[in-house]
Amino acid sequence: MTMMQASGRRPSRISAGTIGIYAFLLIAAVFFLLPAWIMLMTSLKPMEEIRLGNILMWPNAVTFEPWIRAWSEACTGLDCRGVSVGFWNSVRILIPSLILSIAAGAVTGYALSFWRVRGANVMFGLLLLGAFIPYQVFLYPLVRIFAVTGIYNSFACIVLVHVIFGLPIMTLLFRNYYASLPVELFKAARVDGGGFWSIFIRIILPMSTPILIVATILQVTGIWNDFLFGLTFAGRDNLPMTVQLNNIVSSRQGESQYNTEMAATILTAMIPLAVYFISGRWFVRGIASGAVKG
Amino acid sequence: MSSVSIRDLTVAFGSTRVLNGLSLDVQAGEFIVLLGPSGCGKSTLLNAVAGLLDVADGQVWIGERNVTWHEPKDRGIAMVFQSYALYPRMNVRNNMAFGLRMAKTPKAEIEERVTRAAELLQISHLLDRRPDQLSGGQRQRVAIGRALVRDAHVFLFDEPLSNLDAQLRNELRVEIKKLHQKIDTTTMIYVTHDQIEALTLADRIVVMKDQKIQQMGTPDEIYLHPANLFVAGFVGSPQMNFFEGELTGGPGGAAFKSGELHLPLDGYNFNSAPVTGQRLTLGIRPEHISITENGPWQGFKTELVETHGADNLIWVGGHNHSLRLRQPGDCKPALGSPLTLAPDMSHISLFDTQTSMRI
Ligand SMILES: Nc1ncnc2c1ncn2[C@@H]1O[C@H](COP(=O)(O)OP(=O)(O)OP(=O)(O)O)[C@@H](O)[C@H]1O
Ligand SMILES: [Mg+2]
Repeated sequence: MTMMQASGRRPSRISAGTIGIYAFLLIAAVFFLLPAWIMLMTSLKPMEEIRLGNILMWPNAVTFEPWIRAWSEACTGLDCRGVSVGFWNSVRILIPSLILSIAAGAVTGYALSFWRVRGANVMFGLLLLGAFIPYQVFLYPLVRIFAVTGIYNSFACIVLVHVIFGLPIMTLLFRNYYASLPVELFKAARVDGGGFWSIFIRIILPMSTPILIVATILQVTGIWNDFLFGLTFAGRDNLPMTVQLNNIVSSRQGESQYNTEMAATILTAMIPLAVYFISGRWFVRGIASGAVKG
Repeated sequence: MSSVSIRDLTVAFGSTRVLNGLSLDVQAGEFIVLLGPSGCGKSTLLNAVAGLLDVADGQVWIGERNVTWHEPKDRGIAMVFQSYALYPRMNVRNNMAFGLRMAKTPKAEIEERVTRAAELLQISHLLDRRPDQLSGGQRQRVAIGRALVRDAHVFLFDEPLSNLDAQLRNELRVEIKKLHQKIDTTTMIYVTHDQIEALTLADRIVVMKDQKIQQMGTPDEIYLHPANLFVAGFVGSPQMNFFEGELTGGPGGAAFKSGELHLPLDGYNFNSAPVTGQRLTLGIRPEHISITENGPWQGFKTELVETHGADNLIWVGGHNHSLRLRQPGDCKPALGSPLTLAPDMSHISLFDTQTSMRI
């Protein structure tokens, strides 16, 4: 008998463990993909076909009618302008909230990790505490405060709320990232005559790309998916897409338009989905580099 | 030209005092090396001079100014760090120009100063690269260049060479020395725990341990006349040989006695009057013991020969002592061969065993 010499690439073996892992992954994938598949199929079918059942089947006659209706004609109560209204509201809320909350978090995190601010640790502790208290606790007091100051139920109000509630997690994120940068860099910049803002803008910010991307992903998803704040603080004219979607789905006038509702749901989920697909790689990298962990 | 004067400086992190009433005077244009083991407070001292941390007590003077409360940029200093600390998103040119930009220096002057510093350090061809496109040695040159363009009166170096390999370290060490000779109006304070760097670079060495200054002096003073046992053992490689014993009097004058070893001490320059019976530690550097036919110490045997190229390190044993001798490269006594040793009396050091101070 000749012995095979070990040489070159090691032959792969399929063990029970590998099979188990793949089976698990497959089941998990099916579990999460099935609802998405059903939604997509339903949104592409006319109502007659939906009534037949067969929710998993590819549509006999593919139609984009429900998508168009969902976007521009679906009704919430008497208002029949589709989810597009909510979409644009959400976009208008998202952009300033996103920029302001990330800017505030980055500056606070930078100040906390590099500048010996008096009471920095106490402040950071309070911020952390804020991150762990359930939002519901703050709702009523905030409503009262905003009502008194007169900005309740406005566009500015909802943006402010997103910035305030984004601050703890954003600060934590940036502080931890900046704590991993070598402090000698900061010292060198101080000796070179950099001040608070010039060091931040010229040296720290250019090194922050990975964490900026992670923060953007977190905030886009968080703000876009928000329902409670939008409903409570935005006011009737600024309701975000999630609230509007809920109104469409729950308004019962005659038969439920399942295909339109599914299309509206997919449309609502589109932005966070797109963000994940485009930047998932960065997100994983951010987590791996320890940026997200507490 | 600026002198640096540190007066009764105390630095505390929370409740732990890292420096406690430390004073140090550096003359203008001097090259001072702070030498000491890890954790002895060298970086802390340097950072305090730079204004990068708050002092609890005491003063820092640079030139004729009390800069204790000044911002780092207003102290007329430049600093080079162990980790280079180059701004990663800027190319070499902008790294070097950053400080000048912050000081609102005119464009033409920035350009001129950067070019001049780059030529001096031979990094002109690297000006458009980013730090991650440079080797370690090149990075440290850029870091030195960045300090150089600022025309500071005082240069602070915090272990600038310790991230480099041995060869580069030697190269850059020579260049830093040359640099100081070119710009000899600049005062340099250089932190290291590498004694070779300290001995080769310094005009004066400050040996620190446990947050305290142990000895301050020229490299020769530090090497040949260590002020206490710590300095004697810390400086010099291979290490100094130590013998514990006592002082005996006698008709022939004072002598050192350790077991059967006996060494007459006539000609030794005592710092303080010795007392007969005093416990002493005798220190002799490996190169200050020679092998002769008729030395005072007989009955030693060769135990090991380490070949170092230019010279050999010979370990010998006898009389319950083990000692190191540094001999020329052609001296290779056979293992086990008996040796007679003669210490060089002009280069021995005596310490009080109890206080560990030189006597
Ligand atoms: N931020 C800090 N908080 C508390 N203690 C500190 C801090 N920085 C330094 N120390 C302590 O101060 C002492 C001196 O530290 P320092 O950095 O000056 O040492 P060093 O001589 O530069 O050592 P090394 O050669 O390792 O760089 C050490 O014991 C260290 O633990
Ligand atoms: Mg140090």
